[in-house]
Amino acid sequence: MIVADQKPIEEILQMLEPYRRVLFLGCQSCVAVCMAGGEKEVGLLAAAVRLARKQQGRPIEITEGAVKRQCDDEFNEPWREIIEQQEAVLSLACGVGVNKLSERFDLPILPALNTKFFGEVERQGVWVEVCAGCGNCILHLTGGICPIARCAKNLLNGPCGGVRADGTCEVSPPRPCAWVMIYERLGRLNQRKSLENIFAAKDWSSDRHGGPRRRIREDMVLET
Amino acid sequence: MTDGEPKIVAFCCHYCAFAAADLAGVLRLKYPPNVYIIRLPCTGKLDALYLLKAFEAGADGVMVAGCLEGSCHFISGNLRAKKRVAAVKDLLAKLGIEPERLEFFHLSSAQGDRFAQIAREMTERIRNLSPSPSPQEGEAGVRSVEKEQL
Repeated sequence: MIVADQKPIEEILQMLEPYRRVLFLGCQSCVAVCMAGGEKEVGLLAAAVRLARKQQGRPIEITEGAVKRQCDDEFNEPWREIIEQQEAVLSLACGVGVNKLSERFDLPILPALNTKFFGEVERQGVWVEVCAGCGNCILHLTGGICPIARCAKNLLNGPCGGVRADGTCEVSPPRPCAWVMIYERLGRLNQRKSLENIFAAKDWSSDRHGGPRRRIREDMVLET
Repeated sequence: MTDGEPKIVAFCCHYCAFAAADLAGVLRLKYPPNVYIIRLPCTGKLDALYLLKAFEAGADGVMVAGCLEGSCHFISGNLRAKKRVAAVKDLLAKLGIEPERLEFFHLSSAQGDRFAQIAREMTERIRNLSPSPSPQEGEAGVRSVEKEQL
């Protein structure tokens, strides 16, 4: 899922400063699961902002809501009338949702979250990055553990000299070294021989380094 | 704040604080009548939203009362609630509201006198602060939150 974090409340209050009628629109997908921008977080943030603005003597009228997936026009469309009555929308979706609403509606769409990474739930309240979305997956060769996302240095051919004796990473010590994890995992799978393959220098053009990415599936594109 | 008396909303655990409040009544102990008790099955049920809504509805102070450490009926509900209360206290400070308006207390069902003491302490503490961060007309605000929870 896409993992995001709520911006500091001070920053949100500053963004909302010029507005008196705002829709707080959450997203019930990834950001709801990572407890950053679902229906519940919309309620909490709206209550906090109302309290702060009342304290400042500048009350704000907040409409609260959450859509199934803010990155799809179909789910945002039922909110059109309400959105058009606002001075601004505070989006509690990831950056994709903010972009999507901005493309569709001619009013300020403000981001309430900082979008962080593609991650998994380690335990309740803890999320970790496990995929970098680099566009060229090699997980079948590394035991399903991604060295691009989970090695701080994106190394492709084994650990760096900084791996600690206990198998943790020198850059983020509580985290295990990705290559130690890969080595152990391949051992359990009886696939350690695959470590003899040397990866060539990675072609990063499929990552962000090749510019904004786009995917087109011709057989699914409808004629206009 | 009506007639100078602060409104306090008390979220009480069914197994300790609520029973302690009951005991305080049975023992005919005096404590301020402006403490509105909302019973929770365990303080682990407490959500940060309840606390903010209470302030929004016009509460001058909010107290959460859960079991003594190690005595939670559901093992760790009181400790979880304590963490949530700490997080909301931090948030209140950032919103420009005195964090002292919110407090977590531990007590057992046998401590009727302690409940009355906490209610008096909390009332006194809030009385020394400025009025409600979110004043409401009459008492409707606090009552509606109470109704919502029940």
